[in-house]
Amino acid sequence: MSLLTIDDLVVEHRSPGRPVVRAVAGVSLDVRAGEVVGLVGESGCGKSTLARAVCGLNPITSGGISFEGHAVTPLGLRRRRLTGIQMVFQDPYASLNPRRRVGDQIADGLRTSGDTATRPADLLERVGLPREFAGRHPHEFSGGQRQRIAIARALAARPRLLIGDEPISALDASAQAQVATLMRDLAVESGAGLLFISHDLSVVRLIADRIAVMYLGRIVEAGDTAEVWANPRHPYTRALLGAIPAPDGLGVLPAELPGDVPDPADPPSGCRFHPRCPHVMDVCRVEDPVFGPVSCWLHADGIPSAPPEAGRPGTA
Amino acid sequence: MTLDITGLKVSIGGKDVLRGVDLRLQEGRVHGLAGESGSGKTMTGLAVLGLLPHGSRTSGSVTLGGRELLTMAPRELNKIRGGEVAMVFQDPATSLHPMLTIGKQITEHMRHHLGLGKREARARAVELLGKVRIPGAEEACGRYPHQFSGGMRQRVAIAVALACSPKVLIADEPTTALDVTVQAGVLRLLRGLCDELGLAVLLVTHDLGVMSAVADEVSVMRDGLVVETGPRGRVLREPSHPYTRSLLDSLPDAQIEEGGR
Repeated sequence: MSLLTIDDLVVEHRSPGRPVVRAVAGVSLDVRAGEVVGLVGESGCGKSTLARAVCGLNPITSGGISFEGHAVTPLGLRRRRLTGIQMVFQDPYASLNPRRRVGDQIADGLRTSGDTATRPADLLERVGLPREFAGRHPHEFSGGQRQRIAIARALAARPRLLIGDEPISALDASAQAQVATLMRDLAVESGAGLLFISHDLSVVRLIADRIAVMYLGRIVEAGDTAEVWANPRHPYTRALLGAIPAPDGLGVLPAELPGDVPDPADPPSGCRFHPRCPHVMDVCRVEDPVFGPVSCWLHADGIPSAPPEAGRPGTA
Repeated sequence: MTLDITGLKVSIGGKDVLRGVDLRLQEGRVHGLAGESGSGKTMTGLAVLGLLPHGSRTSGSVTLGGRELLTMAPRELNKIRGGEVAMVFQDPATSLHPMLTIGKQITEHMRHHLGLGKREARARAVELLGKVRIPGAEEACGRYPHQFSGGMRQRVAIAVALACSPKVLIADEPTTALDVTVQAGVLRLLRGLCDELGLAVLLVTHDLGVMSAVADEVSVMRDGLVVETGPRGRVLREPSHPYTRSLLDSLPDAQIEEGGR
């Protein structure tokens, strides 16, 4: 049984005077214990909303999230029993309390899990910081160190599922790979699952077992990291991978994906990617490819609802 | 026009930030400046424009077409800043003014530097927005920064920088805040403008992939010193300095090739 099951999840943001924004529009995803799942996509595609919904920080509109067989309920003011999911946020400058010693903040996590044997300093050691840093305040640390502290705090609660919402995007390039690998190692070591959200594909490739690519509220392709990397099948995944400039010194300009992410309040008809897709066919404009693992009419073979060879591109 | 930086030293509050930087920017070439944060890349860019924080001391020389910029009187320097030398900053969300329309932000310094009338300036703004490929340039002039996406905002910031036909463009991490797909577009734009307008570009970035894609020359900085300079192909493929080597090795791709994950 999987640790976290997300089933056809829909999350909508409503604000007065504005159209309803469907940030997550029917996503299904599983995370198993000891597994690292990387969720990638451009900004505004709903990755963070999905992560927040999994933690109960965002009310869900329809669909379901279950963690270890129990439904995840929205976080309220009352003390919560569900402490098996912990989150590391994007900006370590905002997620740590500036007025409390980091040791005390880590101790909060330990108290949640009822762990009296572990000291905050032990956790600092696990994330690669000296023990005596427990008495310091957040401003005394660099971004990378702060993110390590945030990870230590999340781990203190003994999570079975760790969620990282862009945990490395606020860090220096040299610290990014280090912190990401640390998160993976600590999660896997403690047998927890890790849902790692990032727009940096090269880092996700480094740490994730499975990768899910999100576009405008939908997962368009999911699969084993190595497989997706070696053989991306959805045109959007190809565009994402093709846009990463390689440090090979050859001066090759990365391929450009024309257009912008459409407004999620008013998604295009049919396949959500069709206005930017280089292989767009007639069927794409009309019908939404709602199947997996690759939601694209180009890969509709064997899907019962697939249209009979409707306008396949000849050479594209 | 070339921009020469020789023996540039900067200290802020008694701390040496730059300890003798030598760089040469040439027309139609992109010079990439790499290094970790705190190595002085951004300070080098700021020093050229005299935008260093208060209380900083500079020595050495920065010359633009034979004129010394470091000792230039503020009034003179103001003519060069935004005119002959322009800058694009990292975060377009903060480098653009949130309460002015982008048409206003593009035309303001154009009218000041070039003495254009309202109508001419506006026509040029529309032309520039077209050049940086903002759809619906005419209508876009009346919109505010928040109405654009991140990539579009950075394009606007580039249009602002290009407004007075600068000779030198300093781009400080211009794509760091952007998604990869958007980054690809901005890099193509920068490269194209550099070739088309004969700009000398100083591209400050920590991303060696970006560097490899657009830079002709690459300099690597560490602790306020340039440790290695050379053509892109050589520096990124056969780095001679161990620090450059270690930067390349710390990339996620390199770690995968080593077989460890």
